[in-house]
Amino acid sequence: MWEYSEKVKELFLHPRNVGEIENPDAVGEVGSMICGDALKLTLRIDRETERIIDAKFQTFGCASAIASSSILTELIKGKTLDEALKLTNKDIAEALGGLPKEKMHCSVMGREALEAAIADYRGEKRLVEEKGRIVCNCFEVTEEKIRKVAIENHLTTVEEITNYTKAGGDCGSCIPEIEAILKDIWSVKAPETPKRPKKMTNLQKIALIQDVIEKEIRPRLQADGGDIELIDIDGNRVIVGLRAMCVGCPSGGVTIEGIQKKLRELVSEDIVVEAQ
Amino acid sequence: MSVIYLDNNATTAVAPEVLEEMAPYLRDLYGNPSSMHTFGGQVRRKIEEARARVAALIGADPDEIVFTSCGTESDNTAVMSAVETYPHRRHVVTTRVEHPAVLNFARHLARKGFRVTYLPVDSLGRLDMDALSEALDDETAVVSIMYANNETGVIFPVRRIGGLLRERGILFHTDAVQAVGKVPINVKDLPVDMLSLSGHKLHAPKGVGALYVRKGTRFHPYIIGGHQERGRRAGTENVASIIGLGKACELAMQALERESSYVGTLRDRLEQALLQLCPDAMVNGDTGNRLPNTTNISFQYVEGEAILLRLDEHGICASSGSACTSGSLQPSHVLRAMGVPFTAIHGSVRFSLSRYNTEAEIERVIEIVPAVIKELRELSPYGRNGLGQG
Ligand SMILES: Cc1ncc(COP(=O)(O)O)c(C=O)c1O
Repeated sequence: MWEYSEKVKELFLHPRNVGEIENPDAVGEVGSMICGDALKLTLRIDRETERIIDAKFQTFGCASAIASSSILTELIKGKTLDEALKLTNKDIAEALGGLPKEKMHCSVMGREALEAAIADYRGEKRLVEEKGRIVCNCFEVTEEKIRKVAIENHLTTVEEITNYTKAGGDCGSCIPEIEAILKDIWSVKAPETPKRPKKMTNLQKIALIQDVIEKEIRPRLQADGGDIELIDIDGNRVIVGLRAMCVGCPSGGVTIEGIQKKLRELVSEDIVVEAQ
Repeated sequence: MSVIYLDNNATTAVAPEVLEEMAPYLRDLYGNPSSMHTFGGQVRRKIEEARARVAALIGADPDEIVFTSCGTESDNTAVMSAVETYPHRRHVVTTRVEHPAVLNFARHLARKGFRVTYLPVDSLGRLDMDALSEALDDETAVVSIMYANNETGVIFPVRRIGGLLRERGILFHTDAVQAVGKVPINVKDLPVDMLSLSGHKLHAPKGVGALYVRKGTRFHPYIIGGHQERGRRAGTENVASIIGLGKACELAMQALERESSYVGTLRDRLEQALLQLCPDAMVNGDTGNRLPNTTNISFQYVEGEAILLRLDEHGICASSGSACTSGSLQPSHVLRAMGVPFTAIHGSVRFSLSRYNTEAEIERVIEIVPAVIKELRELSPYGRNGLGQG
């Protein structure tokens, strides 16, 4: 059971500003039903003063997602767009009397919906590709978002990033990448990854590749109902047969790129993995 | 506010008769069952009575029952014993829908270099028997497959699985934690070598369990120390709880048939009414072959934690497979293995009943749940009741 503040409970049970504004001046939609939470924010904006006259929300999600959405609409009503944009996810969480740390991503979702709505109003609809490189495929979290949330909230650990963005919270294959991003931001030392041997004979290399696939990659795939078979090793090329459990399922997170990354990390930088 | 408790697969109320049976051993009769004196000896006799009662419920000999600290310990012990006693067999078979007590233990073994096969299930949560027979080889140390699933209640074909494994000479452990006390089980004519059960799922206290080990099965203890449980499980016994487990098994045995039909009737009434009153709802799992007390229903377009907390406001206790309720960001591995769409997993609610539920309670739940679902759908951007197009 989560420890929610009285304010979260109150707004979850009696949310304000529920619904959808007809012919809205701005719409911000974030999240998806697959990811487990989604928020649609509609705004009425005075075109003269750029002031938010009305805001309504619809949310699919847990209690804190609903409460975050509700408080967001209350916080932005009456503000100009520029004022509203200054709102951070921390402001949302604070107005709720705090959120459990695992639920901070709900406040981040609120802020994102607001940004999306304002971008929509200003005609700044950005294409998905422009939003930057996706780091966490399970929850479609971009590097840009991780950096932004990390800096704004002074996050230094992967666990915190997961709490705030969900990134790394499912298959976990992007955790080394999140570590690298954090290291880059704070230039603190991320935990050492296992060092790979410096010089190897071909035979040693083949044995190590087999070992990494058996011990590191296979169990993870099998846990999700998939499997991997090492078919051939030709110089730097590692050819594998891959059986994923369900294509497109967010937990089928082990991909050719993921396997390649692991082998590069643990065996040799120049490895190229190919599926047969 | 009175509580309507429909979360009996999570844990159950301790039966009043059980509590009464235990009380003297918490108060006055605190002797150590291993002691030589009469004061301890009387406790020992009571433990042996409990052993006989547990054995009777599943058709075992008392000698075949080892008391443990919980279902998880029974599961870990069984699988570990198999791999310890067959050191040259480095392969373990289980399913994708096991309780973490087995699943995470299998993953632990995989990290230690064991080969582990996780068998798939179909969309109704039924085991793929062909996959099982294909998975077996000369290296297989043990197959661990649950008797009934805790989330959906789906019952596995333990007899057929055991038959196949007997032919191949492979050890079979079944996690029957959810089944014991809910459906009749008789190991005399069931080809299993080891079977786990847990007290708190059948109206005994938490923190006590048992492992059935068929006579002649090679066994290696998991907890090593003193000679308790004839060397099969060291540590001074959790006396009162073991006595409670014995009593709970006796109660279950006396009333099993009557109770399971009573509970089944209430469950069916609840399930049918909810499906009828809530649009876009569906049952997860094979309704033709389930525990009588369990129903797992997905309410599309709404999220499980929100449903549970709104129900909580009315004193109704249930659980969900949604990501937000799992304590991680991952929704139910069971429903995922069944291929239930994510949209339906997030809105899944498990209601699990017991002998203590009443018709009046069920009628009240039938009133409240559809209203809660409707309210939450009005908040949701998805679905027919949502105002938007989603
Ligand atoms: C199927 C199954 N196996 C094992 C367990 C673990 O039992 P315990 O809580 O006694 O460790 C549970 C209970 O949650 C269960 O449902």
